[in-house]
Amino acid sequence: MFAIELDRVTLARGERTVLSDVTFAIRRGEFVGVFGPNGAGKTTLLHAILGLLRASAGEIKVHGARPTRGNREAGYLPQHRASIADLRLRGRDFVACALHGERWGLPLTGGEGRQEVERAIATVEAQALATRPLCELSGGERQRLLLAQALLGKPSLLLLDEPLLSLDPHFQQTTVALVKRIQQDEGITVLFTAHEVNPLLGAMDRVLYLGHGHAALGAVDEVIEGGVLSRLYGTTVEVLRVNDRVVVVSGHGPVEADAHRHDV
Amino acid sequence: MLTATMFEYEFMRTAFVAGGLVAIVAGSVGFFLVLRNLTFAGHALSHVGFAGATGAVLIGTPPLWGLVAFTLAAALAMGLLGDRLRGRDVAVGIVLSLALGLGVLFLYLYSTHATHATAILFGNVLGVDQETLWALLGLTAIGLCSLAAISRPLLFATLAPELAEAKGVSLRLVSVLFLAIVAIAVAEAVQVVGVLLVFALMVGPAATSLRLTSRLGWGIGLAVGIALVATWLGIALAYFTDLPTTFWIVVLCCAAYFASLVRRAARPATVE
Repeated sequence: MFAIELDRVTLARGERTVLSDVTFAIRRGEFVGVFGPNGAGKTTLLHAILGLLRASAGEIKVHGARPTRGNREAGYLPQHRASIADLRLRGRDFVACALHGERWGLPLTGGEGRQEVERAIATVEAQALATRPLCELSGGERQRLLLAQALLGKPSLLLLDEPLLSLDPHFQQTTVALVKRIQQDEGITVLFTAHEVNPLLGAMDRVLYLGHGHAALGAVDEVIEGGVLSRLYGTTVEVLRVNDRVVVVSGHGPVEADAHRHDV
Repeated sequence: MLTATMFEYEFMRTAFVAGGLVAIVAGSVGFFLVLRNLTFAGHALSHVGFAGATGAVLIGTPPLWGLVAFTLAAALAMGLLGDRLRGRDVAVGIVLSLALGLGVLFLYLYSTHATHATAILFGNVLGVDQETLWALLGLTAIGLCSLAAISRPLLFATLAPELAEAKGVSLRLVSVLFLAIVAIAVAEAVQVVGVLLVFALMVGPAATSLRLTSRLGWGIGLAVGIALVATWLGIALAYFTDLPTTFWIVVLCCAAYFASLVRRAARPATVE
């Protein structure tokens, strides 16, 4: 059974075609790392899966059905977030605002809702953050609360857009380990976009690499490989392996120098 | 006792009721206004309201209705323009100036009632008549019920806009509805503190509360509480000192905000 299927899908942002004629399928319960240079279509792909953007051609299926906005099966951690860093609001209330926040009326959670908020907070091990104001938390701690928001309502599909951005290596590792544990405990599908391959190497089941309108999905060794990446980047790319780490270099040096960073 | 004599006058009783109604709306709507970083929009709406209020005086209707009409229209326009208005402070400022200019023209054309100008610019809660009181009661009921109805998606759209959109919240709709509620609150607040000082009553208590509490429910309650205390105490102080009510209300709102700054500064953030 597939969580996400793309059949000859073309996605466009305004005039610009981001992905063209892409076909792949992600199995339920898989942890898939999504990579590619800036503008390769990582966020666009997630938006299409969430039903925020229609495919201009081809067919997308999420759990066998067309993607719809407000799909309760999909948890989402967006890349662009409101500036919450200077708010004195406590963590629990921030997480709780996302619980059935789409319904009209007063933002009262009720007993069952409170339990669900506590469960989500406990899942990301953020109990200590629940009573602290957002403005006193570090970037990594706020990230954990955003993850708790994404987990409200027990989604079976988790779409995480650049959750490692602006985190130091230590917090990157804890975030990846946390998501991996949740994926295994709850048997959910995870799409995890990132700029660097290395922090995700031990956690990913497969890799989805986007570039130049194309996509390659497969095992880490099959995709993070000179031939495949050269095609996606449209330039000669080599993949070096150093102490279980991956370094992607093009003719001009590390590709991360111009497009993104792979090694920190 | 002096306090007892204060309530013997009907205009004082009316002022307390009117001020209370306005404070409840200004505090609660102001809380979301500050949370959404929209305080400039509130300021802008009150200035547009000036043209509405003076225009109403010119054609012989109560200024409150002119205010409501103009602030609502401006709020809808702002909401529909939405993101295209971001970073257009100059354009918004020019429209504001135009509204104030029109207000001046309307006042000139109706020169026999210059007292209206001061009341509209700086408020006159002691001059609220019975008819206006009923109007304020109705507007408060509408404002609070509408705010209650949209508060859940409003909060979601404010704190986590992208997630809210993915979950099916229409950010545009929520934004337009909220600005319409702000328009009502601004029109009401003008009755108490006037066009020029709406900012103090709507933003002061809310900003103070957001600095003092980390709980959402308490935050809204505290904002309303501060607005109520500032308004009622301001009216009482004006009665005893014979100084303008608006002066006292604004001083109290601002004092609360400064006190919250001092409190936070005196107690450095603890590292846990």
